[in-house]
Amino acid sequence: MSSVAETAVHEEKHSDVIGAKMGMWLFLFTELLLFGGMFILYAAYRAKHQHEFFLSSAELNMPIGTLNTALLLTSSLTVALSIEALRRGSRNLSKLFLLATIVMGFGFLVNKYFEWSAKIHHGIYPNSPELLKASAGEQLFFSLYYVMTGLHGLHVLVGVLVLGWIYTLIQKNPTDPGNFIKLENGGLYWHLVDVIWIFLFPLFYLIS
Amino acid sequence: MASHALTHTGHGEINYLDYKGKYSGILGWIFSTDHKRIGLLYLSGVTLFFVVGIFLGLMLRLEQLTMGETVVSARTYNTLFTLHGVIMIFLIVIPAIPAVLGNFFLPIQVGAKDVAFPRLNLFSWWLYMTGAVLALVSLFTKGGFPDTGWTFYAPYNIRTTTNVPLAVFAVFILGFSSILTGLNFITTVHRLRAPGMTWFRLPLFVWALYATSWIQILATPVVGITMLLIFFERLTGVGIFDPAKGGDPILYQHLFWIYSHPAVYIMILPGMGVVTEIIPTFARRTIFGYKAIAASSLGIALAGSLVWGHHMFVSGQSYTASVVFSLLTFLVAIPTAIKVFNWVATLYKGSIHLEPPLLYALSFIFLFMIGGFTGVMLGVLSVDVHLHDTYFVVGHFHYVMFGGTMMAFIAGMHYWFPKMFGRMYNKRVATLAWALIFIGFNMLYFTMLILGFEGMPRRYYDHLPQYHSGHVVATVGSWILVLGLLIMIINLVRALKSGPKAEANPWQGTTLEWQVPSPPPHENFEEIPVVDRGPYDH
Repeated sequence: MSSVAETAVHEEKHSDVIGAKMGMWLFLFTELLLFGGMFILYAAYRAKHQHEFFLSSAELNMPIGTLNTALLLTSSLTVALSIEALRRGSRNLSKLFLLATIVMGFGFLVNKYFEWSAKIHHGIYPNSPELLKASAGEQLFFSLYYVMTGLHGLHVLVGVLVLGWIYTLIQKNPTDPGNFIKLENGGLYWHLVDVIWIFLFPLFYLIS
Repeated sequence: MASHALTHTGHGEINYLDYKGKYSGILGWIFSTDHKRIGLLYLSGVTLFFVVGIFLGLMLRLEQLTMGETVVSARTYNTLFTLHGVIMIFLIVIPAIPAVLGNFFLPIQVGAKDVAFPRLNLFSWWLYMTGAVLALVSLFTKGGFPDTGWTFYAPYNIRTTTNVPLAVFAVFILGFSSILTGLNFITTVHRLRAPGMTWFRLPLFVWALYATSWIQILATPVVGITMLLIFFERLTGVGIFDPAKGGDPILYQHLFWIYSHPAVYIMILPGMGVVTEIIPTFARRTIFGYKAIAASSLGIALAGSLVWGHHMFVSGQSYTASVVFSLLTFLVAIPTAIKVFNWVATLYKGSIHLEPPLLYALSFIFLFMIGGFTGVMLGVLSVDVHLHDTYFVVGHFHYVMFGGTMMAFIAGMHYWFPKMFGRMYNKRVATLAWALIFIGFNMLYFTMLILGFEGMPRRYYDHLPQYHSGHVVATVGSWILVLGLLIMIINLVRALKSGPKAEANPWQGTTLEWQVPSPPPHENFEEIPVVDRGPYDH
C-alpha cells in the first residue's frame, strides 16, 4: 500500500508543474475571449462604417505604432530566450534577457503615453467636443481605439510588473526550482500580450 | 468502491471542522485554503444573500397583492426587481452548487486532498465577497442601486441616474471569481484524479461540474468585457453602445447574452449533476446510461453556447438569425431529455427509498420538465412574439432556476448534510418543508405562466383588474413557499447544533465521499485511494 501512496505523492508533485501550466493556458483562453468580445464589436462597426474607419486610421501615428510592434515582437523573443537560458541553468543570462524584456515593455508604454497625449492634445478623446462633432464611424473608431489599446496597455503594465516580480524571485532564491514554472507562465502571458497587439496594430494603424 | 485502505481512516485523524491550522477562530476560516472550509464559507454567503433575495421577492409579490401603488413606489419596484435578479443570479444561483457543493465534494469524489490551486480557491471566495459588498455599497451611494433590470440593457444603462457603474463593476468581479473556480475545477479533474479513477469512473456530478467549468471559462469573459464597457461608458463616455454616438444597443444585447445564456447552463448543469448522484443512491442501483449522461452534459454546454439570440427575437436582429437561433434552441432539448429519460430508467425497478433528498430530486425533475417545456415554447418564433416580456417568461425562468437549480441545491444539501457536518437533520420536518415548498412554488409560478399567457407584462409595478385574482393566488403561494423555505433552513441550522451524530454512510452511497468519515478528515484521505470500479456499483 505504501508504494501506491508514494507513487501518488510522486504524481502529485509531478502534476504541479503541468497543472500550473494548464491553469495558465485556461486563464489565457479567458483573456482571448475578453478581447474577443471587443474584436466582435470592431468587426461589426467596421462593416457598418468602412469608409470612416479608413479615414480615422490615417490619423494614427504609424511610425510609433510600428516601433511599438517591433519592441513587443523583440521582447517576446527575449522572454523566450530568458526561459531557455534558465532551463539550461545560466541564471545570469536569463536575468539579462528578462531585464531586456521588461525594458522593452516599459518602452512600449512610454511610446503609448506620448501617442495618447498627442491625440488628447488635439482634442481627440472620448466625449470630447471635437469628436462629438465627427461622424458616427469616426467616434466609434476612436472609442474602440482608446478602449482596446487602453486595455491592452493595462495588460502590458501587468505583464511588466509580473516579469519584474519573477526577476526579484530569481535574484533572491536563485536555486528555487519553482522559479522556472513561474517564468514559463509569465512568458506565456507575455506572448499573449504580444499576440493581441499583432492583431490590434494592423486593425487600427494599417487600414487607411 | 475503493480499496480496504480506506476503512481505517477514522482513527486518530482530526476532522476538518476541529482542525487547528495556522490561524484560529474566524481567521482559521477566512484564511483557510481547505476546499471544505471554503465550501462552507460560500455556503454562509449564499444562505445570507438567499434570505435577502427571498425578502426582496416577497416585497415584489406584496406590491402585486393589491392594485395601484401601495407598498412601494414604481421607481422602488424597478430597483427591487433589479436587485432581486442581480442577487439571486450572480450571488446565489451561479455559485450555489459549484462553489458550495462542488468545492466541498469534487476533490473528495475524484480522490484528491484538495483542488489544484487551493490559494486561488480562497482568492475566488474573497472576490465573491468583494463583489457582494460592492453591490451592497451601490445601494447606498450616488443614485442608489440600478433600476435597469438585471440585464443592464443599453441605452437605458447610460441614461439612468442610478449607480450603474458600481453595480456592473461588482458583476465583473463576481464573474472573475466564477472564472477562477472553473479554472481550478478543470485542472483538478485533469491532474488530481486518484490512481484508477479513469474518466469513465468519475461520478457524474464531477462530469457536470467539468462541463460547467468550461462554460464558466469560455463565456464569462465576454460578459466581463461587456460590463467593463458600460463602466467605461459611464466614466468617460466612450459611447460604444450609445446610439447618440453611433453605438448599437443590439450589439450590447448580443454580447450580454453570449454570456448570459450559457450562464443559465452554468446554473442548471451542476443541479443535474446533483440529481444524478442522488437517484442511484436512493434507487440502490447503478445509473442507467452513464456515458450518455456524461456526454449530454458536454452536449448541453456546447449547444447552449450557440442559442443566445433567442432572447432577441423581438429586438430587431435579422430574421435569418432568429430562425437559426430558434432551431439551435430546440436542439438543446435533446441532451436535456436524454438525462431525464436516464433518471427515470434508473428509478425503474429500483429499490426506492423515499428520503428527503430523493423527494427534492424528484420534484426537481417535475419542475424542471415544466421549465424546459415552457422554454421550448418560448423558442418558437411566432409564440415568442406573443409571450415575450410577459409573466410567462418570468414563470418559465423561475421553474428552471428555482424549481431546477435551487431545488437541486436543496436536494444536495439534504443529501450531503450528514457528510459535511457529521450530524443528521430531522427527516420528518424536512419532508414537511418539502411539501410546503412544492405546493407554494407551483401556486406562485404556475399562476405566473397563466398570467403571462393572458398578457400580463413583466416588470410592471401594477396590474389591470382582469389579472387581479391571479396575482392574489401567486402572492399567497409566495407566502407558503417562503414558509417552507424558512422551515427547511431552520431545520438544517438546528441540526448543526443538536442533530444526532451521523454515520459515515447513512444513505449507502457508493462514491468516494461516503468512504471517508463524517465529517471528513482535514486532508480527506489518510492514503490516496486506489479506485478499481465504477462510481455507482451497488
